[in-house]
Amino acid sequence: MTEFASPTVRVSTRPAASRRDIGIKRRYAAERRFRAFGISAISIGLFFLAVLLWSVVSKGYTAFQQTTITLPIEFSEKVIDPKNERATDPKQLYTANYPLLVREALVKQLGLDPSKRPLVKQATDMVSASARTQLRDIVVADPSVIGRTIPVTLLAEANIDSAFKGQIDLSVDETKRKVKDEQVAWMNQLAEVGVLKKSFNTGIFTFGASSRPEAAGVGVALLGSLYMMLIVLVLSLPIGVAASIYLEEFAPKNRLTDLIEVNINNLAAVPSIVYGLLGLAVFVNFAGMPRSAALVGAFVLTLMTLPTIIIATRAALKAVPPSIRSAALGLGASKMQTIFHHVLPLAMPGILTGTIIGLAHALGETAPLLLIGMVAFVVDFPGSPLEPSTALPVQIYMWANEAERAFVERTSGAIIILLIFLIFMNLGAILLRRRFERRW
Amino acid sequence: MSTSLLLLIIALIGFIAFLAGRARSFTRSAGKLASLHSLPGYHGSYVAIWAMLPALLLLAVWLIVAPIYIDYTVRSSLPEPVQNQGAATVQLALGQVKSVAAGFGRLNADEIAAIENGSTNMREALAAKGVALAGEGEPYMIQSAQQFNAMRQYSRWLMSAIVLLVSVAGGLFAIRNIDVRFRARNRVERVMLGSLIVASSIAILTTVGIVASMLSEAGRFFTMVPPFEFFFGTVWDPRFAGAGSGGASGQFGLLPLLAGTLYIAFVAMLFAVPIGLFAAIYMAEYASPRLRSTAKPLLEVLAGIPTIVYGFFALVTVGPFLRDISAQLNGLVTGNYQNFIQAQSVITAGIVMGIMLIPFVSSLSDDIITQVPRALRDGSLGLGATRSETVKKVILPAALPGIVGALLLTASRAVGETMIVVLAAGVAARMQLNPLEPMTTVTVKIVNQLTGDLEFTSPQTLVAFALGITLFVITLGLNIYALYIVRKYREQYE
Repeated sequence: MTEFASPTVRVSTRPAASRRDIGIKRRYAAERRFRAFGISAISIGLFFLAVLLWSVVSKGYTAFQQTTITLPIEFSEKVIDPKNERATDPKQLYTANYPLLVREALVKQLGLDPSKRPLVKQATDMVSASARTQLRDIVVADPSVIGRTIPVTLLAEANIDSAFKGQIDLSVDETKRKVKDEQVAWMNQLAEVGVLKKSFNTGIFTFGASSRPEAAGVGVALLGSLYMMLIVLVLSLPIGVAASIYLEEFAPKNRLTDLIEVNINNLAAVPSIVYGLLGLAVFVNFAGMPRSAALVGAFVLTLMTLPTIIIATRAALKAVPPSIRSAALGLGASKMQTIFHHVLPLAMPGILTGTIIGLAHALGETAPLLLIGMVAFVVDFPGSPLEPSTALPVQIYMWANEAERAFVERTSGAIIILLIFLIFMNLGAILLRRRFERRW
Repeated sequence: MSTSLLLLIIALIGFIAFLAGRARSFTRSAGKLASLHSLPGYHGSYVAIWAMLPALLLLAVWLIVAPIYIDYTVRSSLPEPVQNQGAATVQLALGQVKSVAAGFGRLNADEIAAIENGSTNMREALAAKGVALAGEGEPYMIQSAQQFNAMRQYSRWLMSAIVLLVSVAGGLFAIRNIDVRFRARNRVERVMLGSLIVASSIAILTTVGIVASMLSEAGRFFTMVPPFEFFFGTVWDPRFAGAGSGGASGQFGLLPLLAGTLYIAFVAMLFAVPIGLFAAIYMAEYASPRLRSTAKPLLEVLAGIPTIVYGFFALVTVGPFLRDISAQLNGLVTGNYQNFIQAQSVITAGIVMGIMLIPFVSSLSDDIITQVPRALRDGSLGLGATRSETVKKVILPAALPGIVGALLLTASRAVGETMIVVLAAGVAARMQLNPLEPMTTVTVKIVNQLTGDLEFTSPQTLVAFALGITLFVITLGLNIYALYIVRKYREQYE
């Protein structure tokens, strides 16, 4: 304030410099600085967003390609079922020495001397150990392949996969890397004849948990997440809408409804891990529901999502103008009919937008699921929500803890899948809002 | 009859009841539908509600009460010596009886008879059917298991009969009421209102559930470890829960965890508040509508990214980056290429959590700044203040309470954040002031104590609930105070 007062004093003493010296320059500089701070704050935020996304995508996009080796496998009876017992003892087909088939095919392909054991071992190490189950499943599904030779596409071992994608620095001394020089030579040899090649990695979408990176996928986790999202949707949408209708349209203004109101706002801000503790104590320990089940996870996530949906629904109901209500009531509709026939349909786009955003949050939530035991090593697809399963973010967490570098690629790949789902959900919410948004 | 089949039948009865009710309203009105008080659909719904609701409620009560009653009966029929060995043994025996009972369900009568007269080993017979028994079964368990199975079967049968009876009776009772002047709509609407109230009480129930479950489990923990040692202990060393040891062997000091939690949250706020606040101010006061409409959603993308992604980002990108750059700096200055920032450290977790919090700070503050009345802004600008002076001297003071509320809400989120700290902060519970070293948090320890095999009687497991209630109380306090401030602020300008 003194700055504004001073010119009148100065006029009398220094008329020439009268209007200049009120610090305009300094103030404008401060203004520019302030503006620069603002711009740089926004840029820093966006910069971090870019770094985050770039870091995930640059590490993860290669996870969608997988190196495979296609070998003509001879399903020789001598190896699979030497004593011809498979008719009487079906276990024979499960316990056969399938790795031997791979070894023989590879030795033939590379033209190696089978008597040089260490060399042959190095060659067979190039193929994923999951080849055993892959060949077994082929034979068990159709025992008539025994005795025939058919080309089978096998997964390359994770280190070979990394080497073929150029992620391993081959100039490093051979003893210090996991891929040996011979293996690199064979790799190039096989690649030249088109036996070894990169192709789209469908496995990451369909496989379950595995300790071998090349055979690990998010299939089981995706199914678990799908179960949970469906149950969360089925439970939280009706309950959330019903609760909001009561609170917004019927509830008398008293201490109790005030308490509910404060309560809901609070629940929206309770740390998610606390919901996990609730789920563990109430659903698992007290009610005796199975651990690791998608159903329990869905219950926990429902409780977590409800406040979000209630808050969004109440806002949507509030936005419907009173004229709609008055018109319906004036025509003789009951209050219930007014709300369910007129107000609710008009509020629906807003409600669905809120629901999708709530579901997107639930899809990415990890902490409560860890506590109810969804950190399980689940190989098989769960047939129902009561069976042990895992969820996409939990799978990411488990892979993030794995030491092997190939898992970093897989983890980033899984994150990309998760983010794509979230992007689609949020885009859906935005489109819904755009399409149906009404200004009264 | 399985529960799902029963539910299906009840639904079927309900559907038939609906059709019957509707049809009866047609016939009662003798074709003059306008003479009905309620539309035929309401009559149908009324009958359907009577056919389904009481039956379903009964079913729910039965499903909850019957197992408790059966447990109680079987437990009290266990032999005297077992009964006298304390609650834990009885519980264990009951568990074994239940697995034996489950196993008997898969055996045929001959095999059961063989077990009863002792000619086959029960454990092996059950193991062959895929039921693993913990320890050799005692002979008395066979009897108890059979009692258990018989009671369960009887209970199921009785339940099915009674529930179906109630369902049909309800429908028949209701259909007699249908008449021209019958106010079916009002009754149906009353039931609807009731269900709305039930739905909204779930919010309350959740809170009650959180508080009750945590208090009871934490209460059990405090019977093993005195509260004073927990709240004021400076050493966190829970040890492992030895099988059957049951005793409180470790030290459960909360303070190192609390210190780590608050430290990391502080670093995160230090990072997020200036950036978020300046971003909000710029967006509210300076940005053109076009910039605002692109930058604001983009920043909010940061809030939509799951926290596990931030955790992974901290683990594989930020942590190693800080570690390597500290080694380089150290090398340039001292010639010794030794990193002085650990990959897992307070600063790694703090920075990444700060990134996550930027959109919270910015959109909450943005809302509050734009709520400051236009007149205040215009008045200040009209007196010749620059925009930044207006912001600093008029808008911020006016918005301050709201902003403080927003920051408290953000702080509560920082305190409760889990996945970032699990992956980026480390697990060492230490009390120290160096932000370049790892520290651990309350949430990390909750996760650590509760993943893996659990035994709900050891203090090592139960301590998680004591930590949980501490976390809940802290965040609840922050939230309630913040919401109070924000609400009050809104009223001021509305």
